[in-house]
Amino acid sequence: MVRLITHNLLACHAKGCTTNNFPLQFKDVSIELREAEFNADFLKGLLPRIEWKALVDAARQLGDTSLPLEQPEMVDDEFLKNLHHVLLEMHIEEGAMVCPNCSHVYAISNGIPNMLLSEHEIA
Amino acid sequence: MIPTPDLSHLTRDDYDRVYEPAEDTFILLDALEEDAEELRALRPRLSLEIGTGHQNKVWSMLPGYVLAALTHLQIPLESVTTYLAAPLLKRVHHAVDILIFNPPYVPTYDSESQEAQDGKDIRGSWAGGTDGMRITDILLECVDGLLSPRGRFYLVAVKENNIPELQRRMRELYDLESKIILQRRAGREHLHVICFMRNGRP
Ligand SMILES: [Zn+2]
Repeated sequence: MVRLITHNLLACHAKGCTTNNFPLQFKDVSIELREAEFNADFLKGLLPRIEWKALVDAARQLGDTSLPLEQPEMVDDEFLKNLHHVLLEMHIEEGAMVCPNCSHVYAISNGIPNMLLSEHEIA
Repeated sequence: MIPTPDLSHLTRDDYDRVYEPAEDTFILLDALEEDAEELRALRPRLSLEIGTGHQNKVWSMLPGYVLAALTHLQIPLESVTTYLAAPLLKRVHHAVDILIFNPPYVPTYDSESQEAQDGKDIRGSWAGGTDGMRITDILLECVDGLLSPRGRFYLVAVKENNIPELQRRMRELYDLESKIILQRRAGREHLHVICFMRNGRP
């Protein structure tokens, strides 16, 4: 159940890793598509909390190029539909997320990311 | 009405390893139901429920499901294994509308709480160190940063946690007002659910 809505909120939190630690890069991922209920109001409310470039880059890494590089000022239905699909319908089931700064690997198993660190890595 | 969880699918083995849903889970669900109207009015975009990591996944997700049912929103539910809110703190700033924490609150020796967290054994779901506040204190420092302007933070606590002191501390340090939504006795525990909100919120 790692979806891009969650990926967009996760940063590396290893000891001393405080810059360039977001967004995490996907590695060897397998994706499942599952339909989710469309809710335009929810998406519009969520937009200000999304880091746009991170979302677009992650979507492209997963093979979806439906989102524009710049967040549009006017949101139309087609845009919201694409955003809905990218944020809520792409599930990363297996694989890993890698920190672009310290290269720490966070495994994803059964759709759940393991963000735990061992004791010597905790900030 | 929220249906009482069905425990029949749990095996004996599960009970040994997994913290079964107990009164602390139920009082939390009841408190959310109590506040259903306010929660709906909040139109939450982002809610964060922090469990203790030793609960059966189904139970640790329960408040999330209940929240979704109460607010009539299709809140996308996601589960992340981590230490409190650590990997969210960089990105999630003043953005959580509903924050829920049911911490390990039972007073124990600090060493016992530390061992339990390190060893990731079942004691980690209740061993709370001195005053039962060892883990709660760590999260309390993050609440102000996480909570949105109209956000609400629900915390499960017991009498031994010194609730008046913790309410006073949150008010003085972060200008977070609080009220006790529910309290009840369950065996030896005097359980409370406290709700914190920003003073002068919009
Ligand atoms: Zn890192």
